Amino acid sequence: MIECKNITKTYVNGDMETTVLKNVSFTIEDGEYVAIMGPSGSGKSTLMHILGALDSPTSGTYKLDGHDVSKLSDDELADVRKNKIGFVFQSFNLLSRATVLRNVALPLLYSEMPRHTRNEHVEKALISAGLEKERWSHLSNQLSGGQMQRVAIARSLVNNPSIIFADEPTGNLDSKTGEIVLDTFQKLNKNHEHTIVLITHEKYVAEHADRIIHIQDGMIVEDRKNTSKRMTNHTHKE
Amino acid sequence: MKITDIVSETYFSLTANKVRTGLTMLGIVIGIGSVIAMVSVGQGAQSSIESSIQSIGSNLLIVSPGAQRGPGVQVSAGRGTAQTLTQEDANAIIKDVTLAKAVAPEISRRYQITAKGTNTNTQVVGTVSAYPTVRNIEIDTGSFISDQNVKSLSRVTVIGSTVRDDLFGIGSDPIGQAIKINKIEFKVIGVTKSKGGSGFGSSDEMVFVPLSTAQRYLAGDTYVTSISIAAESASAMTAIQQQVKDLLLERHKIQDPTLADFNIINQADIVATASSITGVFTMLLGAIAGISLLVGGIGIMNMMLTTVTERTREIGLRKAIGAKRRDISTQFLVESIMLTFLGGVIGVLFGWGLAWAVTAFAGITTSVSTSSVLLAFGVSAAIGIVFGYYPARRAARLNPIEALRYE
Repeated sequence: MIECKNITKTYVNGDMETTVLKNVSFTIEDGEYVAIMGPSGSGKSTLMHILGALDSPTSGTYKLDGHDVSKLSDDELADVRKNKIGFVFQSFNLLSRATVLRNVALPLLYSEMPRHTRNEHVEKALISAGLEKERWSHLSNQLSGGQMQRVAIARSLVNNPSIIFADEPTGNLDSKTGEIVLDTFQKLNKNHEHTIVLITHEKYVAEHADRIIHIQDGMIVEDRKNTSKRMTNHTHKE
Repeated sequence: MKITDIVSETYFSLTANKVRTGLTMLGIVIGIGSVIAMVSVGQGAQSSIESSIQSIGSNLLIVSPGAQRGPGVQVSAGRGTAQTLTQEDANAIIKDVTLAKAVAPEISRRYQITAKGTNTNTQVVGTVSAYPTVRNIEIDTGSFISDQNVKSLSRVTVIGSTVRDDLFGIGSDPIGQAIKINKIEFKVIGVTKSKGGSGFGSSDEMVFVPLSTAQRYLAGDTYVTSISIAAESASAMTAIQQQVKDLLLERHKIQDPTLADFNIINQADIVATASSITGVFTMLLGAIAGISLLVGGIGIMNMMLTTVTERTREIGLRKAIGAKRRDISTQFLVESIMLTFLGGVIGVLFGWGLAWAVTAFAGITTSVSTSSVLLAFGVSAAIGIVFGYYPARRAARLNPIEALRYE
């Protein structure tokens, strides 16, 4: 569960002070599928960094599953990310010379999980992300964009996080493969009750979520249930 | 992070770019290899010089005549040419210097030596039966000059192996044959074992005769050229040197020790001097090789910095999925230590091979010591830590948000 109260983020660059987020408050319950939508420069990325424990707010409190994470040190934040958060990035960020399996297992290196139980988790995550088994031993640079993003989704799932943040996950994909990725998120939300936070600037993409938080100039301008939710009709074939 | 994971990650990233890894490692291989090889040449020189000094006798003191100087006008004859040491001096040393194991006075000079149609010019040494003990000479065939020979002024001779080869032919048996030294006939009773060439007058090229015979028939007086004294142990040498000095000063009636008409050469001093020279030589060679090691280390740092820049996004990702600073810095540090360690292992083998090649093709004695191998390992690991530390720290301090955005 995410509880944000009066989150403000100010960057100081020389004499210039830029306030990127202004008193942002909202709550996301477990199992929700939320889209944070806003044009570039609206502060949605900064918000995601704070929600994803990559950054700390200048003021305000951020509680993740009841724990205050707004004033933790770098290494404590790393622990929060390791145990509770999964990331999916626009540019996939896979290790190109490593196999799919190695890429997905990467977060487990930093967990306390013993080696022999890792494979099980990796396979489970890959199945959940919907990547065909025959691709698992391929090097990640031999995959298509859609496949790469599904490897990245599997990587974000492998630690069994409570929340997955997807930062413009379809930004580098054509609309057809983008649809497949969005479909994967939908299934994850439906089947496993993962909390998913989608960050995007596209209205079309945001409309796949159950709830849309519209952010502009560092403030929430709209927070509504998505009544006209788009369903993806695709099956998992490419 | 578990150790097995760190090793596996390191292996993965080092093999990802094999050419670059290989070239970087080559810097360390050449550095460590040349340190091992250079130091082995230096230490080989040291041990060969030391053994060649030891071969003229162990724990040896040599008393040789100097030039007596009066307090007035300094008229000085050349050192060693003065005839100030006598047979009686030698006898007194034998009698009074109790710490001495053996004392061998000798008289030596070059003479023309002939034997049935062949002839040679070499050093003739008149000495006593103790000489082989003092000077580490072994007899190959026959026997050395006995006390009886000395007492009875026998005209017998023991010849060096080279002299035997020159006069009688290589490997022949000259026992019982006659040679003429300065036109006086001597009977050969023994041949010394070859000691190999040494810069300090090889015994292989000498001819030995009884001291009394040499004084009577060859020199015509009772002076001796030098007195060699073997000490029981290295620790007794200084004491013996002092005793001999006091005894001779008293016998020669000289009050001021600075005016002594003799010199005492202590073998330990020669060894120490030679060692210090070769030590400097070794240091110099090692230092030159050390520079290449340093350059290799800088190569490592350069590669690691490039790697950190290249893998900025990867570092950002690793941090985003939960890697702590320590995890990142450990990974990069282990990478650079692994590079230098592997380079060190190959370098030691390379240096060993180089030392072997120097011995095989250039004929220079080399010796690869355990200490230089251990030192090389230590240095290469230290280079890994020193030159890997800065890049690793830089990687660990990257901000994950900026690192992920890095293009």
